Amino acid sequence: MISAHLLAELTVFILAVFVGFEVISKVPTTLHTPLMSATNAIHGIVLVGAILVAGTADTPYAGIGGSVVGFFLVLLASLNVFGGYTVTERMLEMFRPKKPAPKLPAEGGR
Amino acid sequence: MSTVDTALANPVDIAYLVTGVLFILGLRYLSSPKTAVLGNRLSAIGMLIAVVATLTQGIVNWIVIAAALIVGAVIGIVSARQVKMTAMPQMVAAFNGAGGGAAALVAAGELLKYVNSGTAITYDVAFTSVLSAVIGALSFAGSIVAFLKLQELMTGRPITYPGQQVVNGLILLVILVSWGLVVAGVQPVLEWFWIALGCALVLGVLFVLPIGGADMPVVISLLNSFTGLAAASTGFVLGNNVLIISGALVGASGTLLTVLMGKAMNRSITNVLFGAFGAVKPGGAAAGATGGHNVRSVSADDVAAMLAYANEVIVVPGYGMAVAQAQHSIRELADQLEKKGVEVKYAIHPVAGRMPGHMNVLLAEANVPYDSLYDMDDINPEFERADVALVVGANDVTNPAAREDKNSPIYGMPILNVDKANNVVVLKRSMASGFAGIDNPLYDDPKTVMLFGDAKKSIDGVVAGVKAL
Repeated sequence: MISAHLLAELTVFILAVFVGFEVISKVPTTLHTPLMSATNAIHGIVLVGAILVAGTADTPYAGIGGSVVGFFLVLLASLNVFGGYTVTERMLEMFRPKKPAPKLPAEGGR
Repeated sequence: MSTVDTALANPVDIAYLVTGVLFILGLRYLSSPKTAVLGNRLSAIGMLIAVVATLTQGIVNWIVIAAALIVGAVIGIVSARQVKMTAMPQMVAAFNGAGGGAAALVAAGELLKYVNSGTAITYDVAFTSVLSAVIGALSFAGSIVAFLKLQELMTGRPITYPGQQVVNGLILLVILVSWGLVVAGVQPVLEWFWIALGCALVLGVLFVLPIGGADMPVVISLLNSFTGLAAASTGFVLGNNVLIISGALVGASGTLLTVLMGKAMNRSITNVLFGAFGAVKPGGAAAGATGGHNVRSVSADDVAAMLAYANEVIVVPGYGMAVAQAQHSIRELADQLEKKGVEVKYAIHPVAGRMPGHMNVLLAEANVPYDSLYDMDDINPEFERADVALVVGANDVTNPAAREDKNSPIYGMPILNVDKANNVVVLKRSMASGFAGIDNPLYDDPKTVMLFGDAKKSIDGVVAGVKAL
């Protein structure tokens, strides 16, 4: 049977999936590329896992060879985080409304 | 469940909860271009909180961690700053692959910890560690192939060979069997784990190879969703809620976009992934030059006159605009036309380009206000009123055969009703058929004129013509 611990985690996962669908379905198509890039940055959260696995005293990525793997692991995640947020910021700054009086775009309703 | 756990929560877990909330808020603010920048910053603050909190958790390998963080930050920020907007799809693919690879290595490391310390591996840890390793590796390898295709370091055409599905099926079977063996604790557990991971790498490559460039919006979304799920799965391995929440959010987002893209092409996801759409069909008369067509070719000045005396012009951009980097010239043309009192709108097909929203981001780069950009459903009724539809490097998404010809491979795909406009100007490099290799009857329409050449040069010519009028 399923452990209480796993069940609690599954609960969090399933609810987060629903929240995700709900929130993302409100993103207008014009922002779909920044959305991809923003979620791309968010999955950079594996950086937390990377630091925990490669940084603690009981890390399996020890010794010279292991450290190289650990370094590469944290590097990948770090690249994901910093690159992801920077590129999203750059993209979003380009989105501008019409010149003087910006009226609300008629989008979002689906 | 009868005992009440009264132990105090670890402050780090509270920090992780804050991060989860900030991520959700960040995505929520993406619902409008006005609040989107704030959203991205909230999300980045959330990330910072999580990382700082994690660094308090008994880290000893400071040199390795710090060096990797710094090098990753420098490469990430510099490349993200310098990349051209037209190269955005490959950039997203690259970062996506990095995340997937990291997730796989985290799962492997965690499993190694169990094995090294001789602790019994529980079923759920065994199950989820293989899951993250497999999806992460799949996403890593698939993203690399997608990157190579988008960067045109390899052909964007589908690469197919006989028995492709059988080979993929067999590899998948090996993955599933080794996965089962790891979960059942059959020795040597580690070796089975590495077999599953290695096979997933191979499968990732093989699975993206037969997918053509025009189907990249689907692939990119799907790989994004994979990396999200891999991250969530490592959350189960590590018992870490912030990974579970964030991974679930990304997985949901990627899945939603994948489904949207599939709908926009009226094709099932399986068809996109396994259909090798756009493969060069043997014997198919890939008519060169103007083979069999009766088209009217005009000069840039003719187009300039047509546009300048119109009331309403609808620009329909496609991948050709991205390739030619024509977005700035288009913006200049629109400025000139607006000076003459012409109304200019942009019609965006959901799968135009190589990733969801690709055209929007390019036009935004050229300072086209986002409220001039219209989705397919909003603009389609408008074509009847438009004097000119200006098609810049778009083909299949304007093909009336999708609406009318039951035998067309793209029949049923929702298209932009360009042919309903009073006049159609098509900017195209040559008469070669579009990505899907399908004839476009739009070009034979008596209302249609063609301006051949590189899209940017053509538009620049038209701008000069409009200025001279």
